[in-house]
Amino acid sequence: MPLSLQTCSSTGEALAALAGGAGRHYLGGGTLLVRRANEGDIGISTFVRATDPSLSAIEVGKGEVRLGAGVTMAEVARHPALGFLAPAARAVGGPAIRNMATLGGNLHAPAPYGDFAVALLALDAVLTVEASEGRRSVPVEAYLQAPGGIVTAAQFRLPVDGHFRFLKASRVKPKGLSVVTIAAIIAEKGGLVASARIALGCMAPLPMRARTAEAALVGRPLTAEGIAPALVAVLEGTDPITDAIASAWYRREVLPVHLGRLLLGPVKGG
Amino acid sequence: MARIPIEFTLNGQEMAEFVDGGATLLKVLREKAGDMSAKGGCHQGTCGACSVLIDGQLRLSCLTLAGTCDGARIETTAGLAQGGVLHPLQQAFTEAFASQCGFCTPGMIMVAKALLDQNPRPSREEVIEAISGNICRCTGYEPIIVAILAAARANSINAA
Repeated sequence: MPLSLQTCSSTGEALAALAGGAGRHYLGGGTLLVRRANEGDIGISTFVRATDPSLSAIEVGKGEVRLGAGVTMAEVARHPALGFLAPAARAVGGPAIRNMATLGGNLHAPAPYGDFAVALLALDAVLTVEASEGRRSVPVEAYLQAPGGIVTAAQFRLPVDGHFRFLKASRVKPKGLSVVTIAAIIAEKGGLVASARIALGCMAPLPMRARTAEAALVGRPLTAEGIAPALVAVLEGTDPITDAIASAWYRREVLPVHLGRLLLGPVKGG
Repeated sequence: MARIPIEFTLNGQEMAEFVDGGATLLKVLREKAGDMSAKGGCHQGTCGACSVLIDGQLRLSCLTLAGTCDGARIETTAGLAQGGVLHPLQQAFTEAFASQCGFCTPGMIMVAKALLDQNPRPSREEVIEAISGNICRCTGYEPIIVAILAAARANSINAA
């Protein structure tokens, strides 16, 4: 049976359409879902999309950022007020994919994809989710564990200049799949780490926080000696994927190396 | 299932088609509009052979549903030559031997056009970044990079 496409003007209408039967899937930029259809996934019968312009809105003000779920990686990468996030947005795909792939879609991109979701996790973003029981605010970490409904936006505090750090290790440059992706927000005071949030991609089936490493950094200087306990602790709770890019063993071996480079190197996030 | 009526322009020509909801733009271009320039390589978004411009933006036609293209302005490599005269990018690809088997060429040229439309004098690094979503198994990329840089130079000479 041919696949069908249903175009809705609002996410509310799209929610109702999704509830209308099995095999209905929400379409963002298409880079994941249309790919699945092309690969012959018979679990897809209907693409449901919403054209509500608020899904594409970028609002930056008063230290807060709100990105519509339909905002593309290219739109993030070129936004003048989001320069710190450009390395994370540019980590996704090539130029054509970045013109299509959306923030909302990246939350559903399985490892080794989903580099932008790792950044959102480090930013402690809160998602607005439309579901049958109404509109909810859901922390990105909770959403990744239990996705559902339609994500309409992500909101986070604009990090202080120089606090956001991002690294994607890949074998092919400039566009390669991730061996490991790390995003972090590190605040220092008096030469010591005052607070740290570290998110890891490809170190588990879903992006994860490295909370033990975060705790091991606080109160320590960003020196080789200062970060040594965090580099040991960062492996705690990891369960990396094995794929064509790298084995789980390799990912665990190189994670501390890359975290060390991210913490000691110049801040590229800006 | 109801077919979807869409109207679009393809290289400046007005088109109207009825498409299946699951039909990709690539399929409609090749099987309905008769434009065979965009190629179906991987159908996964990995190879870039199906790259086209939609409303001036680079997209992968294999991952774009035709039903979302109502009102769109679509450009493909087939529309680049004017009156039998090759586009500067096509000319440069020919001269630099940037096309061997030719399968990636239409995608490479549309990616290069998207780049030069935005950035008429790109650096070598910017060219490499621009073609990073496109796979070529023949040339080793170097002739393609050389051709795009040459086309950029030819453009700026013509504009001067």
